Amino acid sequence: MKQEQTQHRPKRYGMVIDLDKCTGCGSCMVACMAENNVSFKKDESDKLLSITWMRVYKITNGKPFPDTDICYIPRPCQHCAGQHEGHSPCVSVCPATATDYSRETGIVSQIYTRCFGCRYCMAACPYHARYFNWWDPVWPDGMEKYLNPDVSPRMRGVVEKCSFCFQRYQAAKNKAYLEGRRELEEDEYQTACTQACPAGAIVFGDLNNPDHLVHKMVDPDLKHGGRPRNPEVFRLLERLGTNPKVYYKSGRQWVRKAGDNYLPGEKPGADMHKSHS
Amino acid sequence: MKVDRRSFLSLLIGGAAGTALSPLPWKLTDDLSIWTQNWPWTPVPPRGESYYETTTCTLCPGGCGIKVRKIDQRCVKIEGADEHPVNKGGVCILGLSGLQLLYGPTRIRTPLKRVGKRGEGKWEPVSWDQALTRLADKLKEVRAQGAPEKAACLLDSSRGTVGHLFRRLMTVYGSPNFFTMPSVEDAYRAALKLTQGIEARVGFDLENADFVLSFGCGLLDGWGSPVRVFKANSTWKENHATVVQIEPRLSNTAAKADHWLAIKPGSEAELALAMANVIVGRNLYRSEFVDGFCENFQGLKRILALHTPEAAAAATGLAPEVVVKWAVEFARASRPVALYGRGQGRTAAGSLRQCMAVMLLNALVGAVNRAGGMWTVPDYDYIGWEEPELDEVARAGLERPRADGAGSGKYTPASSLVQRLLGSGAGQLPEVLMVARCNPLYSLPENGAVKDNFDKIPFVVSFSSFMDETAANADLVLPEHVYLERLEDVPVTAGLSCPVIGLCQPVTEPRWDTRSLGDVVIALARKIGDSAAAAFQWDDYEACLKETLEDKWDTLEERGFWYDAEFRPPAWEDGEGKFRLAGGKLDEVLQADEIVPAGDPAKFPLILVPYDSIRLAHDYIGDPPFMIKAVGDDVLKGKDVCVQINPATARKFAVSEGSIVQLITPVGKARVRVHLDEAVMPGVLYVPRGLGHTAYDAYLAGKGINVNALIGSLEDPASGFDAAWGIRAKLAKV
Repeated sequence: MKQEQTQHRPKRYGMVIDLDKCTGCGSCMVACMAENNVSFKKDESDKLLSITWMRVYKITNGKPFPDTDICYIPRPCQHCAGQHEGHSPCVSVCPATATDYSRETGIVSQIYTRCFGCRYCMAACPYHARYFNWWDPVWPDGMEKYLNPDVSPRMRGVVEKCSFCFQRYQAAKNKAYLEGRRELEEDEYQTACTQACPAGAIVFGDLNNPDHLVHKMVDPDLKHGGRPRNPEVFRLLERLGTNPKVYYKSGRQWVRKAGDNYLPGEKPGADMHKSHS
Repeated sequence: MKVDRRSFLSLLIGGAAGTALSPLPWKLTDDLSIWTQNWPWTPVPPRGESYYETTTCTLCPGGCGIKVRKIDQRCVKIEGADEHPVNKGGVCILGLSGLQLLYGPTRIRTPLKRVGKRGEGKWEPVSWDQALTRLADKLKEVRAQGAPEKAACLLDSSRGTVGHLFRRLMTVYGSPNFFTMPSVEDAYRAALKLTQGIEARVGFDLENADFVLSFGCGLLDGWGSPVRVFKANSTWKENHATVVQIEPRLSNTAAKADHWLAIKPGSEAELALAMANVIVGRNLYRSEFVDGFCENFQGLKRILALHTPEAAAAATGLAPEVVVKWAVEFARASRPVALYGRGQGRTAAGSLRQCMAVMLLNALVGAVNRAGGMWTVPDYDYIGWEEPELDEVARAGLERPRADGAGSGKYTPASSLVQRLLGSGAGQLPEVLMVARCNPLYSLPENGAVKDNFDKIPFVVSFSSFMDETAANADLVLPEHVYLERLEDVPVTAGLSCPVIGLCQPVTEPRWDTRSLGDVVIALARKIGDSAAAAFQWDDYEACLKETLEDKWDTLEERGFWYDAEFRPPAWEDGEGKFRLAGGKLDEVLQADEIVPAGDPAKFPLILVPYDSIRLAHDYIGDPPFMIKAVGDDVLKGKDVCVQINPATARKFAVSEGSIVQLITPVGKARVRVHLDEAVMPGVLYVPRGLGHTAYDAYLAGKGINVNALIGSLEDPASGFDAAWGIRAKLAKV
C-alpha cells in the first residue's frame, strides 16, 4: 500500500524565474503565443485588452536619474494552490467548473467549452493572469497555417490563461506510458517559455521532488503552502495567502519588496510567518 | 373589443413581465452565446504527424540554429536547436516569430513589374523569365554605353556564397560598386587593419571574461549574436564577473549590469582615452604585452597626455575619481575586455576614433588574442573560386573609382560607405541599383535625403521577400525565398570567437513563386551572356554550394552546422606580428574631432538619440505581429510612439505624461507622445528604432515614427563612416 502511494506521488509543478538573469527580452511572451495559439489584433497597445498568457511587467525603484533601476517581471498564471490545496481564487468562484485545480499536478486548468464568460475568475485573480476574448480571433490570410493542433483556438466570449503548457505534459505522459514508465524525467516536461528563454532565467519542474532544480532553488516549506525558505526567493502578493507555484528570485531587496505591499519601513518577508497562521 | 391606452399598456407590461419570468429570455441568451461561439471561422488546426526539422535562422546576423516543429507539411513552431554552438537551445523574440513572416500577408508572391508611378503600389505580375530578361537588358544597355560602373548592388553583407556570387557578377560585369549595409563590424575591421595590418574580423571570448567594460553596447538589447550574448550574461552572473555599462540611458543592458556609468552622450571616446591615460600613468598596463608586442608606445603616451581624467570628467559628466576608479579596476581584473558598438551596432559603423580608443584599452591590458579577450578571427576562406576572365569593358570599369569613395584617399579604412552615397549624395548615383536583403529606404539615417536620392536612380530592382519600403519603391521586384524555404551557407561573424558556418535548409516547400537568390544571380549572369555567363558555369546554386563547401558539406548536412571548437587566435610570439599603438593614420584617427550632433544649441536645446530594443526589429526585417504585440505601452500607445524624457526636463519644457507634442530636429519633425522616465538623462530625448513603417501590413505600418527621418548623418572625419549618434532637437505644441 505504501509502495503504491509513492508510485502515485502527486506533483506540484512550479516555476522559478531568476529576475537578475531575466533581461526583459520578451522571448517567453512570444514562445507562449506561438505554442498556445494566442491571437493578436491590429492594435495591441491597450494592454488591458491584449491577451498575453505570459506578460513581462516592468517595474522601477522610483528613484531619480541616475539612481533609478528597472526590473522585468515575467508573469504567467501563478497556479495558486490557495490556503488549502485547491482553493485557488479563480477556482473557488467559477460557477461553471470551467477552471479547476488538479491535485495530481497542481495545475489550474481552463476548459474553454465550459466557460460562458461571466469573468468572475478575472475579478478574483489578484495577478491579472486571466484574459477575456472580447472578439473572435482573426488570423490574417495564411497565418492560420502555423496553428498548433494540440491547443484549441479560443472563441469570442470565453476566458483564457496560461496552462503551464498542459498539452506538453499530456504528450510527455503518453510517451512515458508507451515506454512503460510511470514517472517523467525533469526535462521531459518543460513549458514553452522555459525552453525559449535565451538567458536561462526560467526553471520549471516538480516542487515536490527534491531532485528537481526548482525544489533546490526554492527549498519550499510544503507544510506551509510551499513558502520559500531561500531568502532570495519570493512570491507575488505572498501575504494574500494564495500560495502560488511561480516563484521569483532576486538578490536586490527593492525587487523582492516590490513583490508585495508593505508598510513604510517594513522589510519583505519579516512577518511572513505571522500573516496567515 | 376596444383597445384603449390603458389596456394596451397593461398588455405590453404584462407581456414583458411574463416573458421575463419565463425561462425563454435566458434560454435564448444562452443559445445565442453558444451559437456565436460556434461560428465556423474559428479555425480548427488539422492534426497530423509531429516532427522536427533543423535549419539556421538568418533574420539577424546572429546565426542561431533552430528547429521547426511540423505537423505533416505545416510549420507550427520555431524553437532553438539545443546542440548548436551559437545559441545552445535559446531563441530570441524575432526568431520565434519567424513563421508569421513565412505565412504572413506581406510576402511578395511573384515577380512584379511597376506599372503606376514609383511607390504608388501598382504592379503587374510577370514571369521569372520576363523579369530576368528585363533586368539583364537594362544591365546590358548600361554596359553598352561603356559605363559598367553605373550598375551597383547593395546587400546586407558580402558574406557567404550569395554575397560572393553578387560580387563576382559585379566583377565580370565591370562595376566596382558593390555596397554593403553599415555595421560596427566595419569599424572593427578598419581598426584591426590599422593596428595589426591584417584583414580579419574581431571576435570576443565573452564567456571567459571576468570584467566587461561596455561602451554603450546593447549587450542585452540585440548586440552581436543576441542569444549568445544573453547566455554569456547569465554566465557572468554565475561567475560573479563585473559588467560596467557606459551610456546615458538605463537600457536593459545598463539595468542588468553591475554598474551603470551614465555619461553625456557622445563622450565615450573621451572616457576610453582618459582610462588609457590612467592605466599608462599608473603603470597598470600589462608590460609583457605592451613592451613585448606593441609598437610606438611612446607615441601613444604623447597622445594620451592630453586626455586626463579631469578632461574626461568635463566631457562625460563623471567625477574624475570615478574615471580613475574604473580604469584601475579594469586594469586590475584578471581577464578584462572592453567592447565597442552603440546599441545593436547594425545601423552605422560609428566613429573610428571611439572604436580605436576602446581597442587600445584592450591592448593596454593585454586582452588581445587572450582568453576572455578580443580575438582576431580569420575571414572564412572556403570560397575558393577561380578568378573570372574579364573582358575589356570590365577591366576598364573596375579601374574607375567607387561611387562612395570607400577604400581610397581619406576613406581608405572603409570598404563600403553607402550612407555617403545615398544619404549625403556625395558620389555619382548609379543608373541601375539592385537591392537584396536590406531595406535602405527605411533603415538608413537621414531618411528623407535617402528617399530623394533613391528617386533619382533610374532603375531600382529589389530581391526582397516582403513588400518593404524599398521593394515598394522599386521598378522591378524579383522575390527570393524566405529562409525557411531555401538552401544556403550562413558563415557567422557577429563577434563570435570561433568560426561557425550554419546551413540554412528548406524546411518547407516554397509557398509562392519565389526563387533562391543564388539561382537568380546565376540565371541573370547567363542572360547577360559573354564573359558573365562564362564566369557562372554551375548548373544551379545548389551545385555551386556543394562544390564550394565540398570538404565541409557532409558535416553541414549531417549536423546543420560546421564549427571549429578548437579555434584559438594566433598567440603573440617574438618577431611575428606587432600591435601598433600610434603613428601615421592612427594618430590622425585618435586626434580626430569629436562628433558633435548637428543643429544650433540655441534653437534646439535638447538632444535626440535613437535607441535599440530587442523587441523592435529595425533593419531588413520588420516586426511581425507577435513582436509588435510584445512592445510595451510605454513605447507605443495606439499609433503614437513615446519619446522618453526625464521628468525634470519635461517640467522645464512644460510637457506632461501622455501629452502629444511635435518633436522637431534640423532634418524633420514628427508627432510623438511624451513618456516621463527617470531612466534617461535630463536634456536627452530617446525614441526607439523599428517603428514608423509605411510598408508592410496593418499590424506594423503607420505605428509610431521612423526615427531615421529625424536623424541626419555625420561623416566620421577619419574614415567616412556615418558617425551620427544623435541630433539636436526641440519640442513644440502640435
